[in-house]
Amino acid sequence: MTPMELLEFARGPALWASLAVLILGSVWRVAAIWRLGAAPDLSEPRSTRLIAGAMRSIFGRMLPRKEIGRGRLGALNGYLYHAGLAVIVFGYLPHLHFIERLTGLAWPPLPGPVVYFAVGITFVALFLALLERLMDPVRRLLSGFDDYFSWFVVILPCATGMIAINMSYPPGAAPAPPLDPLPLAIHLLSVELLFVWLPFGKLAHTFLVFASRGLTGAALERKGAAV
Amino acid sequence: MERSAFESARAVLDSVKAPDACKAAQTFVARTGRDAAFQLEACVHCGQCAEACHFYLVTGDPRFTPVYKLWPMRNAYRRERAPFASLKRLLGLAPPAPTAQELAEWSELLYDSCNLCGRCTLACPMGIDIAGLVRQAREGMSAAGFAPADLYDAAERALEAGSPMGVRWPALKRQIELQERETGLEIPVDAEGADYLLVLSSMEIIGYPEILGALARIFRQAGLSWTLPSAGFEATNVGVQIGSREVAAALLSRIVDAAERLKVKYVVSPECGHAYSALRWEGPNLLGRPYSFKVVQITELLDQLVREGRLRTRGKDARRLTFHDPCQIVRRGGVTRAPRQLMDSVSGNFVEMPASGAATFCCGGGGGVSAIHRAEKLRFAAFERKKRQVDATGAEALVTCCSNCRNVLEEAMEQYGMTLPVLGLTELIAQYLEPGERQP
Repeated sequence: MTPMELLEFARGPALWASLAVLILGSVWRVAAIWRLGAAPDLSEPRSTRLIAGAMRSIFGRMLPRKEIGRGRLGALNGYLYHAGLAVIVFGYLPHLHFIERLTGLAWPPLPGPVVYFAVGITFVALFLALLERLMDPVRRLLSGFDDYFSWFVVILPCATGMIAINMSYPPGAAPAPPLDPLPLAIHLLSVELLFVWLPFGKLAHTFLVFASRGLTGAALERKGAAV
Repeated sequence: MERSAFESARAVLDSVKAPDACKAAQTFVARTGRDAAFQLEACVHCGQCAEACHFYLVTGDPRFTPVYKLWPMRNAYRRERAPFASLKRLLGLAPPAPTAQELAEWSELLYDSCNLCGRCTLACPMGIDIAGLVRQAREGMSAAGFAPADLYDAAERALEAGSPMGVRWPALKRQIELQERETGLEIPVDAEGADYLLVLSSMEIIGYPEILGALARIFRQAGLSWTLPSAGFEATNVGVQIGSREVAAALLSRIVDAAERLKVKYVVSPECGHAYSALRWEGPNLLGRPYSFKVVQITELLDQLVREGRLRTRGKDARRLTFHDPCQIVRRGGVTRAPRQLMDSVSGNFVEMPASGAATFCCGGGGGVSAIHRAEKLRFAAFERKKRQVDATGAEALVTCCSNCRNVLEEAMEQYGMTLPVLGLTELIAQYLEPGERQP
């Protein structure tokens, strides 16, 4: 297989297959949990503003409570790589072309230096996260294959993306294949690995977090307790 | 109905003579519904819950990380019920089933080192109700013989005698008579058609019986129609602590029967944290039907009476007072404002602890821990965090509205050589009642 054939494979069948696994796997995971059902709560509620409680939990838990654990470096580091990944995925021009081709949605990109800075920050933060997971007794005890493999499939596209950043393109539109298609093919395949893994491991917290936070927020609000 | 509930509860206790890991896992998995599953699936192993748990903070032992306490049961769920579980079992990727040895080891983590206080739930960035899941994990543990022997014994006593401390009606009757002599007021018993049914915790009856006299005086001034039941007076529920729905439902049914027999409109949950949780929030779900009456926590009722002008106080305690929030009443129960309003009404120098209210530290004895003898050393160690909170206030007396907290605090403070008194909020209110009590 030539590099160009590999790129075509990555842009074609591999992309569609990985997207199918991402979507179907995610839907399956949520549906399998949902079908377990929930018994109605027969106690008399103190508050019926359950959606407000769910929303307060979903957004409020983005910040640690000031009385508990605020200021822990590991928690602060989490903000760095989450924000960095968001800037890279939703602010980098080639990624926006990719998203536009897939969904038809488009928005203005962030300036290149901002994205490059985010890449640097994300890299450092992800390595710090790994270091903490390996060295901190609590994090080490909690960690297993899912934690380390998920870390790997997140940092891999960052690394392959950096290699693909300075590719030379023939004159013309950006979507044209680069002169050396191999780095882009590898980058795309690494992203597709992320897509394939996401529904099955802890990276699914990207969507499960809303359910978990929302349900707890609604339950606490029902009691009139702090959300 | 009652007999079958009690037979079922006794059958559960009889069946746990031989610990059975498979049964523990099956019970947990069978009771994992949608909400618990979403939460078990959402954990990212960030470990932030450790920073919320006093058992971890004082020992530095990573095993005390709240979410880690769920590990064997989480593995059972992942193996049997999680999405893709069948596929993972087929491929040999499913986690192993919990073993008896593992669960025996985890008994310390799920019981001795967890107060079900819910501080971890508040801290979890994923919004996982870790305390709720520990409570559910205890259902598996208790159904299969892995709960501490002290809690099984307490459950036996509660089913047999009506109280985990073995308090029977004659003992309460004696305390009622003493308090009637002390106050000169009649304490009504089994008064059909009363508005309020008061239930008590054994700790109050044995350790702090003055609360009966205090309530008699308070209710007299407020002109409240109330009664105690001669059967079903015990508010505490060891079934909730050990994690047995059958035991919890059987014990709860005594109170519900009394309330329905006496046709009351309200049941007053006393100064006891987990009793409130059991009666107010878990009860209807344990029994499978809504109540025909309302449940009100005593501080909510007193606050309401003060606001309505039916309860009037005169003078204020000049000492520097601080308030300990019982976890099940405040953080998990939502009764945060009422005790503070009451404190303000009788204290001229009320000072909040740092991180008071929802984020406060447990006394160390909640969730049945105070009943587990082998956990005593750990409980006293965990109190160090509460001590820091209390010390920061410079208080001359500590007030609370849970008799179990009060007892645990007194024991722990003695260990630490602390000399400030621990007061019950209801008794404090009664102490400052305006003279000239209203006639009923």
